[in-house]
Amino acid sequence: MATLAEQAVPSVIEVRDLVTYYGTQKILDQVSLDVADGEIMVIMGGSGSGKSTLLRYLLGLHLPDAGSVRLFGRDISGLSGREWMELRRKMGVSFQGGALFNSMTVGENVRMPLREHTRLDENTMRIMSRMKLEVVNLAGYENLMPAQLSGGMVKRAALARALVMDPRLLFFDEPSAGLDPVVAADLDNLILRIRDAMQVSIVVVTHELESAFKIADRITVLDRGRILMTGSVEEVRNSDNQRVRNLLSRTSEDVPVNAEEYMQRLTEGAD
Amino acid sequence: MAAELTGSRLQRLVEQVGRRFVSGVEDFGYSAALLAESLYWIVFGPWQKQHVRLHAVFAEMMNIGVLAIPVLAILAFANGAMMAMQGIYTLRDFGAESQVVVGIATSVTREFGVLITGIVVAGRSGSAIAARIGTMQMAQEIDALRVMGVPPVRYLVAPVLLAMLVMMPVLTILSDSMAIVGGGVLSVMELHIDIGTYFERILAALEPADIWQGLTKSLVFGVLITLVATSNGFSASGGAEGLGRATTRSVVLCISAIVVADMIFTFFLII
Repeated sequence: MATLAEQAVPSVIEVRDLVTYYGTQKILDQVSLDVADGEIMVIMGGSGSGKSTLLRYLLGLHLPDAGSVRLFGRDISGLSGREWMELRRKMGVSFQGGALFNSMTVGENVRMPLREHTRLDENTMRIMSRMKLEVVNLAGYENLMPAQLSGGMVKRAALARALVMDPRLLFFDEPSAGLDPVVAADLDNLILRIRDAMQVSIVVVTHELESAFKIADRITVLDRGRILMTGSVEEVRNSDNQRVRNLLSRTSEDVPVNAEEYMQRLTEGAD
Repeated sequence: MAAELTGSRLQRLVEQVGRRFVSGVEDFGYSAALLAESLYWIVFGPWQKQHVRLHAVFAEMMNIGVLAIPVLAILAFANGAMMAMQGIYTLRDFGAESQVVVGIATSVTREFGVLITGIVVAGRSGSAIAARIGTMQMAQEIDALRVMGVPPVRYLVAPVLLAMLVMMPVLTILSDSMAIVGGGVLSVMELHIDIGTYFERILAALEPADIWQGLTKSLVFGVLITLVATSNGFSASGGAEGLGRATTRSVVLCISAIVVADMIFTFFLII
C-alpha cells in the first residue's frame, strides 16, 4: 500500500538521514521522515528513544549535524533570520508542560504571538484570542493566571496560543502526559477536531499507545535513535518487528551484559 | 606507589584547573555574544520588525531603578556619614579635619557612590533577573519564545540592558547626592560649620571629571550586571536546586565583576 507521502500530497516536513549528537553521544542515527499536508503523524517511542530530540530538530531549535530537515520545502540549515520568522508564523507548538508565560494572564499568553507579529489593534487581538479560547473550551478564563489553571486547562491554553496565528503545522509534545485518562481523551478529540476544522498538519510526539492509535494517520516508531518503522495504525499494530511488538505489549527488553565492559565501567577512574 | 598517587592527583588538579579555565573562557564568550546580540536588536531590530518593546524597557527601569531608590538612598546616606566620621577622626591627628569635605566630595563621586549603586543593583536585580530567566528556561518558556519567532535575547536581555544604561547613571547621581548629604550632616555636627558652607566647599572641591568618572563606571557596571545575570539565567538547569545555584552564582559574580572592573578602571583613570 502506498503511503500518503508517496502519493501526490506534498510534504510539509521532510527529514533525510538526520544524525545528531549530544556531546559525543549519538542521539539520532540516519532518521528519515515525511509528514504529508493535512495528516496527523505520531512519533512514538519509549523514554530515551530520541523522540523529544527529533521534535527539537523539527522545530528548528537545533540545526542538523548531518542530514537535512526541510519545512514547507525549505532546508532549515540555510535560512536567514527573516526567513525563519516567516516560517515560524506558519508553525504552532504545544509544549509538554504548556510553557505558558507565568507572568502573563491566559489571554495575554494567547495574544502574545499576535502582539509580536502583527499590527492589529487591541480589540481585534482580544476577539481573536477569545475565538481560539472558545475552540479549546476555555472561554471566560482569559483573565486567570496560568498558575490558577489545572493541568488539562494549561495544555488547552497552550494549544489556543499555538493556534492563534492560524498555523499550517502544529506540534504536540506529549499531549496526554500528566493528565487523567478522561482529560487525555478529551484532548485527543480536540486534536482531531482541530485538524478537521483547520486543515493543519499535526505532529504528535508521545509514548501513550492508546492516544497514538486514536489520533494517528500514520505512526513512526523510534527506538534508540533509529526509526523502526513508519506506517498506518494497522501496519504498526500488525508489525512483526520484535522491538515494535515489545513496545506495543509493554514488554521490557533484556540488555545483554558484557562482563568485560561491565568491569571496566565499574572500575573506570579509580586509582 | 606514593609518587604515583601524587602524580595522578597532580594530573587531576591540572585537569580541573584547565577545565575551569576553558569554562571561564566559554562564559566570557557567551556573555560577549549576548552583548553583541542585544546591541544588534536595539539598533537593527526595527528594520527586522523585531524592535525592542518600550513598555518592557519601562517595566525593567521600574524594577531595576525606581524600586531600588529607598534602600540605595539609606545605604548611600549611611556610607557618606561613615566616611565623614572616619575622615574627621583620622585627620584630627594632623589638625586637618576640615579637609574631610574634599575627601568626601572626590571619593564619593569617583568611587563609593557608584560602587554602592552597583552592589545594590547587583543584589536586587542580579538575582531577580537570573531567577526569572532561569525559571523560564526550565519551563520551556524560552523555547516557546523561539518557536514563536521571538528572539529570546531581544525579548529578555535587550530591555534589561537599555534599562540599566538609563537607570545606573540616574541611581549613581542619587547615591552621590545622598552620600554627600550624609557626610554633610556629620560634618555640621562635628566641625561646627553650617550646611551652606559645607555645600560650597563640596562644590569648590568637585571637578566635572570626578562626576564623569563615576557615571562612566556606572554604565560599565550596568552592562556587567546585565550580562552576568542573564547568562546565568539562560544556563540554569537542574530544577529548584539548580535555580538557587544560578541565582547565588549570579549575585556573587555580579559583585565580583563590579569590584574588579572598578579596580581596573580606577587604575587607568587615575594613572
